[in-house]
Amino acid sequence: MQWLHAVPWDLLLIQTINGIVTGMILALVASGLTLIFGIMDVVNFAHGEFLMLGAYIAVLTIVATHNFWLALIIASLGTGLIGALVYVTTLRPLLGRDPLTTILATFGVSLVLQNYALWQFGPVARKIPEPFSGSITLFHLDYSLYRLMIAGLSAAIIGGFWLFLKFGTWGIWIRATTQDRIMAQAMGIPVPWVLAGVFAIGSAMAGASGVLFGPLVGVDHAMGFDWILRAFIVVVVGGMGSLGGSVLAAIFISLLEAYSSLWVSPAQAGIISFVVLILTLLFRPTGLFVATPK
Amino acid sequence: MTPNGGAADPLLQVEEIHTHYGKSHILHGVSLNVGRGEVVGLLGRNGVGKSTTLKAIAGIVHPSAGRVLFEGRSITNLPAHRLARLGIGYVPEDRRIFPLLTVTENLRTGLDRHGVTTARKKELLDKSYGYFPVLAERRNQFGGTLSGGEQQMLAIARAMMLEPKIILLDEPTEGLMPRMVSQIRDIIGVLHRDGVAVLLVEQNVPLTLDAGQRIYIIEKGVVRHHAPAADLRADDAPIHRYMGV
Amino acid sequence: MRDRQPLVFWTGFAIIVALLIASPLVLPPFWARFVTEILIWGLLAMSSDILIGYTGMVSFGHSAFFGLGMYGAAFVLLETKPPSLWAALAAGLLAAAAVAAFVAYFSTRLREIYFAITTLIFSQIFYIVIFTWTELTGGENGLTFSRPALAIPGLFSLRFTPMVLHWFVLAIVVLSYLLLRRVTQSPFGMVLQSIRENEARTRAIGYPIERYKMVAVMLSGLFAGLAGVLYALQNQFAAPNFVFFVLSGEVVIYNVIGGIGTLVGPILGAAFFLLLREGLSRFFTEYYLIPVGLMFIAMVIFMPQGLLGFARRWLNR
Repeated sequence: MQWLHAVPWDLLLIQTINGIVTGMILALVASGLTLIFGIMDVVNFAHGEFLMLGAYIAVLTIVATHNFWLALIIASLGTGLIGALVYVTTLRPLLGRDPLTTILATFGVSLVLQNYALWQFGPVARKIPEPFSGSITLFHLDYSLYRLMIAGLSAAIIGGFWLFLKFGTWGIWIRATTQDRIMAQAMGIPVPWVLAGVFAIGSAMAGASGVLFGPLVGVDHAMGFDWILRAFIVVVVGGMGSLGGSVLAAIFISLLEAYSSLWVSPAQAGIISFVVLILTLLFRPTGLFVATPK
Repeated sequence: MTPNGGAADPLLQVEEIHTHYGKSHILHGVSLNVGRGEVVGLLGRNGVGKSTTLKAIAGIVHPSAGRVLFEGRSITNLPAHRLARLGIGYVPEDRRIFPLLTVTENLRTGLDRHGVTTARKKELLDKSYGYFPVLAERRNQFGGTLSGGEQQMLAIARAMMLEPKIILLDEPTEGLMPRMVSQIRDIIGVLHRDGVAVLLVEQNVPLTLDAGQRIYIIEKGVVRHHAPAADLRADDAPIHRYMGV
Repeated sequence: MRDRQPLVFWTGFAIIVALLIASPLVLPPFWARFVTEILIWGLLAMSSDILIGYTGMVSFGHSAFFGLGMYGAAFVLLETKPPSLWAALAAGLLAAAAVAAFVAYFSTRLREIYFAITTLIFSQIFYIVIFTWTELTGGENGLTFSRPALAIPGLFSLRFTPMVLHWFVLAIVVLSYLLLRRVTQSPFGMVLQSIRENEARTRAIGYPIERYKMVAVMLSGLFAGLAGVLYALQNQFAAPNFVFFVLSGEVVIYNVIGGIGTLVGPILGAAFFLLLREGLSRFFTEYYLIPVGLMFIAMVIFMPQGLLGFARRWLNR
């Protein structure tokens, strides 16, 4: 049992927490994506850009008000609004058509948004300051309180949304529309509004995650790309349309990446999520965390 | 009685509608109408366009020509959710209840509308459970776990939650046991008593002749025959001619 | 009128080819080189059209095929003495074919959306591998080498001047176009289009869809790899940023702008895009992608037939 001493328990613990923190943010990003896909079969390539926009709106708000929480709210609302706008102008006209076209259209949107941000804010990364500092000590290593809070807040947002789906009138409308769009209409549910609303909510969630994640990295025009790839993987591995599945998949993948980055470089740890995706597609394409394979 | 008329001031008027599906021409000019509180039957063999007619009225399919009028106003290209709010209830073939919503939630999709007080919602819900005790028992079960007959009850109850002026029923007795078929007959009676018009599409001729007041027979996308149910009960030759039964 | 169409087509074709042959002779060096680049990107876009336009599978992975064609050629040109053009060609095609086989295997199992995402991820995997495996691939800096001779041992040997290169590229692109045109008009091509129209129905009729899709991917990948080899020849380097998925995205843009399902359309799309970039970059520097992106979205919504389809309809009046 000598090897037990060689295992870096303290590092593993730190990485576990890191994995959960990153996983929760990833879950928040992926929830928006999976929701949108579940209800309208749209793969939103521009989702990462909504994350980025949220972060930038927060940057601007903080410069004006120095209040992180206000920035979080304004950024989420702002991104939601932009999402609704994008939906109405580019996605609604494409509703009946080939799913190919929505992939292309959202790809175009992501190009425009990214370059717009580059144009307006320049290539130098901006910073969102953490709303509070402080850390707790684990195994003689300091762990940032802010990171812990992010995980908690993301979980709260996802949880809050899940409750909203389960109990509110709009929650029923959203679920009914997801299950049978035509009969939802036949029951008087204003489906066009529901679709726009879900797209807006999904975008707002992405925007919120951009703000939460902002203080950990820099805010720049390309920050969305990394997230969008991982979010797609999470959505597929978790089962497209499944909120719970996305959360589990996000944490699963983030933990794997966190542990492996103890031994390989972060760039190479990134391949892990790709490998998980490939394995899922090969063996359980409807999702690893979906109850029964359909 | 005029060829296209029943009541003098019909609730629902369908005028010469044509529909297409891709390149196929399905309805070739269907006309019919339904008066307030009337039960009208639509008979015809498989594939003649009966379901499509209902879908065109419900706004699920849009006619490529012709008009649909409800309470005198044109509703031809309105989206389906507006029509539901105007008072058109639709119960599709194969039921299509929401499988991952509970029975109560299924009913709520029709209840949660503007201008309906909480008290009224409870009233309507209780009324539903009164007519369909089976649903009351299963109120917290997911719609997908119900049997075929129970789902049919739920689909009808759900449409009733809209407090519609007319309910479109698409082959409600298909695949049901005789006991349930007579339950459907009773429900149609209840709707009629409550003043709700019914447009019943069926292949079950005896049920339709019994429940209906006027009957249209469709063949190959057009109305071929139109008569009061009483006439057809006396002489069912047209039925044999156009339905080949 | 129907009988005149092939005549019209081939006449137009001959004129365009003649113009392209003449271009290095009449245009200043910068623009002559530009035309050569358009041809190479056009070839890449055309290869992508086989999947997007004819089989109905959107791929964001063409950068992988292109990049591996590039690197395959680069390795051979660095290792063989004297560097052999044909070996480089073969190596590039082989590398691209290997990647294509890999992707083809997955293509058969996935619906459009999953396929698009997966191809994107594959190109990213290759990007990461190439970027980090510095000993083999030169990492971030890539590989540089010099052009081989255009030689058939024993017969002749020509130096690859820009002009000779241009004609070589033109010859390959024209041959590729003719070949692909033949394929898309063949029974095989018809089946591909039927898959694009209605996969379920095609399967129900009895065609082994998986096999057709696999061949389509391999074909597409091979020609994309060919474009990669040509690019390596022209620019004398191989770099990882060509494997990054953004390149695949641009290819998709060429396809949509030019008109999918036409083979020629994507080449036009590439020309249009590259010219636009050249023009706009005088005013907008790096932000030319904003108007291009907006144009792209507008075309997806309003002109899904692309420029070519629009021109066709306008001409048919």
